[in-house]
Amino acid sequence: MSSVGIIMLVHTAFERAEQVIRHWVRGDCPVVVHVDTNVPDATFMAFQEALADLKVMVRFSTRHRCEWGTWGMVSATQDAAEMLLTKFPDVRHAYLASGACLPLRPVEELRSYLDGRPRTDFIESATTADVPWTVGGLDHERFTLRFPFAWKSNRRMFDFYVGLQRSFRYRRKIPEGLVPHMGSQWWCLTRQTLSAILQDPDRKAYDAYFKRVWIPDESYFQTLARLYSQNIESRSLTLSKFDFQGKPHIFYDDHLQLLRRSDCFVARKVWPRAGRLYATFLSKDPATLKAAEPNPGKIDRIFAKAVDRRTLGRPGLYMQSRWPRQERDNSVTSFPYSVFEGFTELFENFEFWLARETSARVHGHLFHPDRVMFDGRQDHFQGALSDSAALRDYQPQMFLTNLIWNTRGEQQAFQFGPSDLQKIGPIMARDRNAQISVISGAWAVPLFLSNRNFADIRVDAARLQQIENAHLKELRSPDTKARVRIWTMADFVDNPMEALQTIVDEMTGTSVRRLTEAPRMVDLQGFGQFLQNLKNQGMHPYLMGDFPVENAMPAPKQKVRKPYLVRK
Amino acid sequence: MNSYRLRLRRKRFKLRARRKGLQLKALANRTDQIEAGQILLFCTCRNEDVRLPYFLRYYRDLGVDHFFFVDNSSDDGGAEYLAGQPDVSVWSTKGSYKKARFGIDWLTYLQMKYAEGHWCLTVDVDEFFIFPFCDTRPVAALTDWLDSSNIRSFGAVMLDMYPKGKITDVPYERDGNPLDIAPWFDAGNYTISRNPAYRNLWIQGGPRARVFFADKPKKAPALNKVPLVKWSKAYTYVSSTHMLLPRGLNLVYDEAGGEKASGVLLHMKFLDTFGAKAKEELSRQEHYAQSAEYMAYVDGMKTSPDLWCKWSEKYINWRQLEILGIMSKGNWA
Repeated sequence: MSSVGIIMLVHTAFERAEQVIRHWVRGDCPVVVHVDTNVPDATFMAFQEALADLKVMVRFSTRHRCEWGTWGMVSATQDAAEMLLTKFPDVRHAYLASGACLPLRPVEELRSYLDGRPRTDFIESATTADVPWTVGGLDHERFTLRFPFAWKSNRRMFDFYVGLQRSFRYRRKIPEGLVPHMGSQWWCLTRQTLSAILQDPDRKAYDAYFKRVWIPDESYFQTLARLYSQNIESRSLTLSKFDFQGKPHIFYDDHLQLLRRSDCFVARKVWPRAGRLYATFLSKDPATLKAAEPNPGKIDRIFAKAVDRRTLGRPGLYMQSRWPRQERDNSVTSFPYSVFEGFTELFENFEFWLARETSARVHGHLFHPDRVMFDGRQDHFQGALSDSAALRDYQPQMFLTNLIWNTRGEQQAFQFGPSDLQKIGPIMARDRNAQISVISGAWAVPLFLSNRNFADIRVDAARLQQIENAHLKELRSPDTKARVRIWTMADFVDNPMEALQTIVDEMTGTSVRRLTEAPRMVDLQGFGQFLQNLKNQGMHPYLMGDFPVENAMPAPKQKVRKPYLVRK
Repeated sequence: MNSYRLRLRRKRFKLRARRKGLQLKALANRTDQIEAGQILLFCTCRNEDVRLPYFLRYYRDLGVDHFFFVDNSSDDGGAEYLAGQPDVSVWSTKGSYKKARFGIDWLTYLQMKYAEGHWCLTVDVDEFFIFPFCDTRPVAALTDWLDSSNIRSFGAVMLDMYPKGKITDVPYERDGNPLDIAPWFDAGNYTISRNPAYRNLWIQGGPRARVFFADKPKKAPALNKVPLVKWSKAYTYVSSTHMLLPRGLNLVYDEAGGEKASGVLLHMKFLDTFGAKAKEELSRQEHYAQSAEYMAYVDGMKTSPDLWCKWSEKYINWRQLEILGIMSKGNWA
């Protein structure tokens, strides 16, 4: 009846191991247990004692020292496997598991699954060229260098010795006929294959070779099975996921539904105190037998996402445990946003118009020196950002980062100009997420419309022009990553609709809809003369391009009545 | 050079803790109950009796095995209450809170003596620790995972919680969950810079910066904390639990773009007890920077005690905080 036998390697959490062993035995599977020599004898004896009532089905094999990545693990497995095959002659499949492995499906299901595949060896086995999961950059080299030092306890010597061999271009000879393969150490092999490996006349030579291979437990059986197996299914029946440091992910009580739906036979590794998992999966399940194939897809995705989060993180998020010195693509934000410079000066209802055309959230001058001009001039905004200029100016980059992060999913647009806080200028210019549209020189329009003394206007104009010029230089620098468009005011006024259409198309991501309504431009009659006056005062306004001294825009003409003709 | 200076400073702090440890008098010492691998909690308090029952309940549920309290001359019966608890050890002192580096010297002394090799949670009575999966996994799951990942310290930013309306509107009842009264927080107005000397991140913001420090944001209180540490005799906290020495323990963040796992301390400062507390602390002058913080509070409380705004966020669970980017699961799944 016992067509499946278990080899279990235990070194900790003995109560859980005992529970699992009892589960296997209840399912009529013999178990050969290996306990690490690192475990104190007293603990080992107590463990043996606890399982004394199962003497017939549970055996303990010769104890070895199993340090991670060393040969001990393999020789422990070899001895246990030999014991399993000799003491339990009706075992057809040997399943290698650890003390932290938890069977997820009834033993009966595993048995019938294996009965249906009597000649199949389930062992993940791939050549080094084909797998990405190697720790420490040692893939093929793990078969061609020598590794007498343990990686975990003697890291310095390990690294030194690897470096030494590399510098002498030392290469070991791989025994004749072997093609190095690696894969998960948790396998399920048939008696035929396993005994062929263990009784191989060349075993001595192979063992001698693998003793100095790096992490032999991931390659010994994986390589040798290729010599003898008639039918290798290169996958492990044990669900076991590794994170980016090569240590196994752990399962907890809240993974219960996931594990249940995965239809995997065994999961590794389970937290010893995950009481609900043990209670659920080790209870006698009255459910009818399922013939489902293991399907760990969903669990794969969850763990893959966890690794991504740890290695890549969420771009544009600055928080207590993510503080990139430099964002991969230099952006300080998480989502595209648009900056408009000179538009509210030239158009009377620009913010309103833009909000309607693009459905973006349109703010005023966020970096206004007096206060933050949020949409609707609210005193707070998303994420409880305050409109206090002092708070914003404390760390302007964080303000921008926070605003864009808080509103992710909704596009933000805001106004900017030479009277605003200029510190943010270079930051936006380097930000790949910024779309910056500038009508250069438009700051002159409010001056032109203002009712102030010309001498004051002249001073302001000179200052603003200088600031904007410096800003434009930043935008035109080769480091700029933002999508920048700059029009001189003269060019823009010449054909505003085309420019606006380009901007809106880029914001909405479509180019289907034609703009039907333009924002209302301020009356520029006399603007050319205004600029000429500045020039006459010795201040040369050059950023707005060429405005003829005559009316820049033809003044709206009085409608001339058509002559009234009467025909006879 | 700098690291030698820090080493000396660490040694000095340890000596100081030994000296200040003499001020402690044991009211109840149950440390003989502590077993290997248990999780310990350290806390100083003064006149917080009303908060203690819920505090103990919260952390017992989380899976803390033993509590260490230093009671700084309470007169509300809190120390006696603590001494009567089966899993609490209490020391009392009449020494100056300020001169004991705001209580840290006392705790460092106790940690030196009892915490070697244990995971230690160091929090205030108004701080409630939240970590990824805290609704389904005990804190031991976290510490086991940290152990297996060779991580020694775990960061948790302070998140100031506040009620809607005036702080004094709803009184806090003994053994009540403060979260029922003050479930609101600021989701995204935090600023971060790096402290090159200790390598910790310096985080400011939240309602305290927004309301009490809007005109002097630089002075706003620090929110970064490292409350959970696998303790070794050589360690010491430097300024509250904001940072530690050796400074490698402060590297709870990733600089290459990834996210390390991190938690949150829900900071329940703003209950109806706050106004009285602020006044008392101001008169005692026992707090940081000449109690500038409390000065700002007392000023602020006179004019606008409502911290709530239209964009305040209401607390639901840790997953919400993780989506908002306030904490992270890192690679724990």
